[in-house]
Amino acid sequence: MVTEAAVWEALAEIPDPEIPVISLVDLGVVKSVSVDAARVRIEFTPTFMGCPALEVMRTQMEEAVAALGAEPQVDVLLDDSWSTDRISPTGREKLREAGFAPPPPRTESAPTLLQLQQPVHRCPYCGSTETRLDNLFGPTPCRSVRYCGSCRQPFEQFKTI
Amino acid sequence: MTRAQAEPRTELLLALADDELILGWRNSEWTGIAPFLEEDVAFSSIAQNEIGHARALYELAARELGGDADSIAFDRRPEEYRCAPLVQLQLVPDWARTIARHVLYETADAIRVEALKDHEDAELAGIAAKIEREEVYHRLHAEMWLERLRSEPRYVEAVEELWPYALGVLDADLRPALAERVGRDEVEAVERTAPGEEFAALWAEMTMVRRSAPVGAQW
Repeated sequence: MVTEAAVWEALAEIPDPEIPVISLVDLGVVKSVSVDAARVRIEFTPTFMGCPALEVMRTQMEEAVAALGAEPQVDVLLDDSWSTDRISPTGREKLREAGFAPPPPRTESAPTLLQLQQPVHRCPYCGSTETRLDNLFGPTPCRSVRYCGSCRQPFEQFKTI
Repeated sequence: MTRAQAEPRTELLLALADDELILGWRNSEWTGIAPFLEEDVAFSSIAQNEIGHARALYELAARELGGDADSIAFDRRPEEYRCAPLVQLQLVPDWARTIARHVLYETADAIRVEALKDHEDAELAGIAAKIEREEVYHRLHAEMWLERLRSEPRYVEAVEELWPYALGVLDADLRPALAERVGRDEVEAVERTAPGEEFAALWAEMTMVRRSAPVGAQW
């Protein structure tokens, strides 16, 4: 008999297809796990809607459940339940170590250009806030590109959504 | 599937999804040829987001219409699409008109999505809230370009030309809000009608791979 804890543990082993330093659980895309006899239901809440990694994530979760000897059912939630605030503290730290500045926490109102242009975003390499916005968009929709004036290193900044 | 009226909710989903898919397609035409690298990246990302929104909306529509997101996106005849004339225009390689459309569309879309967030249908409201989180960045990008170009004669002329098209993105009840936000008077809108030749060429290219594969092929 598969337990919920065993499923969570298995899911925590699956790396994000695009940023493998962080697991799907740390990314916060698994909203719930429920076990009914040999059937495991996972509620999966996608990140960016056009993210090509979503299909891969889904397949990997199904395979992980099947490897536990259970029958997977992955339900994709199209609601508003994922935000960058769902990335775990461990996940944020792992992102920083890999050179990705983690997303600032969400606030009441949407971010403004003025806020993003302010030098308050911290460089993941040297920790300086002397950074500037180079491009709102980056290698994938979830990231912007910033430049650190202190260590002269361009870096990727996760967008807050 | 025909252009016969579907349920009102599905009609709404299709119009919105078709706008996002076709604008995403048009935006992607800048990939590789934008004025500089940052804009290649930006327009490609925006295109990817818009097509992602279309996919989610088609998936909801598929529950009524049958099939899946791909079959609704690619298996209809050109005359069955509901997209607004604004998104159909092929504007490459005209950057001024492209930015004018970007600014006008994102402004109109914000009004539409805000209204949808309050929809009594919880699924629609949820998907609108999720779309809105990503659209914020499209608007910031548009705003940045508006600041740069607002007094350029070519940009001003492009907004003049595209304004009636922008109004046509929204239902009549939302148009006054757009006029106010853009700071222009309402004029006669270019309404959604069966798509024309410019769209037919896009459709032929967009569905080419799909049509070349046997029915039921898995991707």
